[in-house]
Amino acid sequence: MDALSMEDVSASRRNFLKFSVSAAIGGGFLIGFAMPARGEIRDTLTTDAPFAPNAFLRIDRTGKVTFVSPVIEMGQGTYTSMPMLIAEELEVDVSKVAVEHSPPDDKVYVNPLIGLQMTGGSTAVRGQYVPLRRAGATARVMLVTAAAQRWKVDPATCRAEKGAVVHTPSGRKLGYGGLVDDAAKLRVPENVALKDPAQFKLIGTPQRRLDTSGKINGTAKFGIDTRLPAMKFAVVAASPTFGGKLVSVDEAKAKAVRGVTQVVRLDDAVAIVATNTWAAKQGLAAAAPQWDAGANAKVSTADIVAQLASASEKPGVVARHDGDAAGAMARAARRIDVVYEQPFLAHATMEPMNCTVHVTKERCEIWVGTQIPGLTQAVVMKVTGLKREQVILHNHLLGGGFGRRLEFDGTVRAVQIAQQVQGPVQVIWSRAEDIQQDLYRPYYYDRISAGVDAQGKPIAWTHRIAGSSIYARVNPAWLKNGVDGDAVETSENQPYDVKEIHVDWVQQEPPGIKTAFWRGVGVTRGTFVVESFIDELAADAKQDPLAYRLALLEKNPRSRAVLEAAAKLSGWGKPLPAGQGRGIALCTGFGSFVAQVIQVSIDKEGSVSPTHAWCAVDCGVQVNPDTIRAQMESGIIFGLSAALHGEITLKDGRVEQTNFGDYRVLRINEAPRIEVQLLKSTEAPGGVGEPGTSCVMPALTNAIFAASGKRIRKLPVSDQVQQKG
Amino acid sequence: MVTLTVNNQRHTLDIPDDMPLLWTLRDVLNMTGTKFGCGQGLCGACTVQIDGQPTRSCITPVSAAAGKKITTIEAIGSTPAGRRIQAAWLALDVPQCGYCQSGQIMSATALLAAKRNPSDSDIDDAMAGNICRCGTYPRIRAGIKKAAASVTADLSEPTTRTET
Repeated sequence: MDALSMEDVSASRRNFLKFSVSAAIGGGFLIGFAMPARGEIRDTLTTDAPFAPNAFLRIDRTGKVTFVSPVIEMGQGTYTSMPMLIAEELEVDVSKVAVEHSPPDDKVYVNPLIGLQMTGGSTAVRGQYVPLRRAGATARVMLVTAAAQRWKVDPATCRAEKGAVVHTPSGRKLGYGGLVDDAAKLRVPENVALKDPAQFKLIGTPQRRLDTSGKINGTAKFGIDTRLPAMKFAVVAASPTFGGKLVSVDEAKAKAVRGVTQVVRLDDAVAIVATNTWAAKQGLAAAAPQWDAGANAKVSTADIVAQLASASEKPGVVARHDGDAAGAMARAARRIDVVYEQPFLAHATMEPMNCTVHVTKERCEIWVGTQIPGLTQAVVMKVTGLKREQVILHNHLLGGGFGRRLEFDGTVRAVQIAQQVQGPVQVIWSRAEDIQQDLYRPYYYDRISAGVDAQGKPIAWTHRIAGSSIYARVNPAWLKNGVDGDAVETSENQPYDVKEIHVDWVQQEPPGIKTAFWRGVGVTRGTFVVESFIDELAADAKQDPLAYRLALLEKNPRSRAVLEAAAKLSGWGKPLPAGQGRGIALCTGFGSFVAQVIQVSIDKEGSVSPTHAWCAVDCGVQVNPDTIRAQMESGIIFGLSAALHGEITLKDGRVEQTNFGDYRVLRINEAPRIEVQLLKSTEAPGGVGEPGTSCVMPALTNAIFAASGKRIRKLPVSDQVQQKG
Repeated sequence: MVTLTVNNQRHTLDIPDDMPLLWTLRDVLNMTGTKFGCGQGLCGACTVQIDGQPTRSCITPVSAAAGKKITTIEAIGSTPAGRRIQAAWLALDVPQCGYCQSGQIMSATALLAAKRNPSDSDIDDAMAGNICRCGTYPRIRAGIKKAAASVTADLSEPTTRTET
């Protein structure tokens, strides 16, 4: 399709509205308002299209294109950017492409950057930029060949446009639908040529999301919306201490609740099964499960932090060693030593954890939203002893991922319950269970030091990270030379020009607590530390934080460019009234460059409000610019929630937070005004789902310093500014 | 027995009086557009309208909704304000993961139906009870303003008005 600007899209929508209104009136009665159809997200796989040249693409005899997405939509806009990659090379209208969730398959639907079928790490565009364009181009070449054979002409004299093949000299034209049977008989060519990016018509133009229509009228299907004949509903409660065991439940009382049909006991959890969720919830309250708290009955956050602090005293595994940091430190005019701490964080996706399962002797069918369908299928095979073809997993739109749905714990739990239930059962976690049985972003304890010269420039840099290793739990093979690359991300490869640098890592696991990826992963940890510290060095040198950074980024033009752009957008340097301040930060992760300026206002009581956010992004080639903007807005608000309020704490072995009342997230009245600028680039595409989150935390705390002189070295901000007195 | 009128359809249901409307809609009537988020009226994902008022269905027993007019996301597009909000949401691509958006739209629609031209502080007041973890707040705000502007536009062009 032709590249449409936003204005064009809204103009055509206006025309549509007028048309439907006049048609309705002309017809003599008012029909229900029809929203213009855009996009089609299918919940079940279709398999009947005659032309399926690869696992991603199917075209039927009407010319309808179906795209089977290797990555799942969880809000990041991937169900628009991925079809755009296909449509660009296939020469079809992207708005008419239907999208289906891929079935579990770690090979066919592999994320080439990870080696599994996985949506995460801001990898979708980076990983699929070439494979999906290739899939589209391959199909196009076959359709052109089929048309040329029918016309008995040289394929080179034919072109594809708008879902049809055109014979250029004669103007003859055949729609794809009329060519699919012939194209299906052709050998699939290998390594077909891709478009020169200069020829892109679609990539880089703002395209409306294909998944919006269903998300504004209640028809979009999330895993929790699964409804099956004779389906039961279950709520689950697991041991409130990590590693605790179920001792007893009052089964009679639970079953006395109207609608409760069954009590399922597991080693460390109980589920109440009923004809509806409400009955199950009441049944659980009546069951009053008793627990053996186990070995971690007394664990508290203070204990965990003390263990980390102690661990951080010892040398760790070396992640980077350039020059002689110790020697340079000894020569330095001054040294600055700082400790930063970042708390456990829950994911708190809007869609609470849930999974629907139907287990029989012959098969296990699962309805869930997951970032890892292949791994989930594999673990269910282990749990049930069934073969791959007997474990059927239907993926769904995710009501938020943020890393939570990179785990299969919920599905395993639901399968264990369903194994004891006749017929299908939907297992739901209450919000409290969702928060208290999460796998948390690790608590990190970072010790960082710099030796600076007389001008305040760093000549030596040491950084020790102490914390849990997610890689070690998820896949120890990802550790390289004993180093968890995620845990040291952005520290080991920090962007500033310091020659003598030493970075090491100490693994310290919290007792009984599983840790997991959280939006921005290692980059979020590292960016907070490095960008806070560089700001401290600038303050120590009595230099402007922007100028101080730029001077250390002479070899890094993309970093400089985003910093300068964000600063310019923000009016950096313009004086602000007392109680207000601007902070800046840079994030170099996921193959992208993001800089942000946050402006805060601090009232007399010390309450901090982020009022403005300015964000500049260089993510290389842009696929869907509007999605990039949306992801920056999203990342900023997600990161601000965590930086201001987010904290999971433990007391007597139990997570203290229970719901959005005590695990606060930003609300609309607390969200800053956000302005995003995209910088044009022809570099390889970078990820955009996460860097917005990573960047905003230090931008916020640096702004608090600018406004109040209070340096936040431990997240969340919470009431630390108030404590200043 | 409880009699509920949901989207102009009457349902007589053999359910306990204290069952929250949310679970009645989702589990008994299989109307899954209304979402479960927190169960305590803290997040707004479950918002429906009862006699036009935005209401957290997760803490509203069906007995309190009986005999009243319940409107859910499935039918909000048949109201003038709902139609405008949906059109603005579509034009600005407001949703991301989309899970909270049923509730957002129900709250925004109630606001727009009550106030033709809501101010920023009206929007804050009406929408602060609806959490979005994807952070679509800037677009929600812009969407409400766009929908409000479309009301004004229609008033100046009476021939294109379709609502009564």
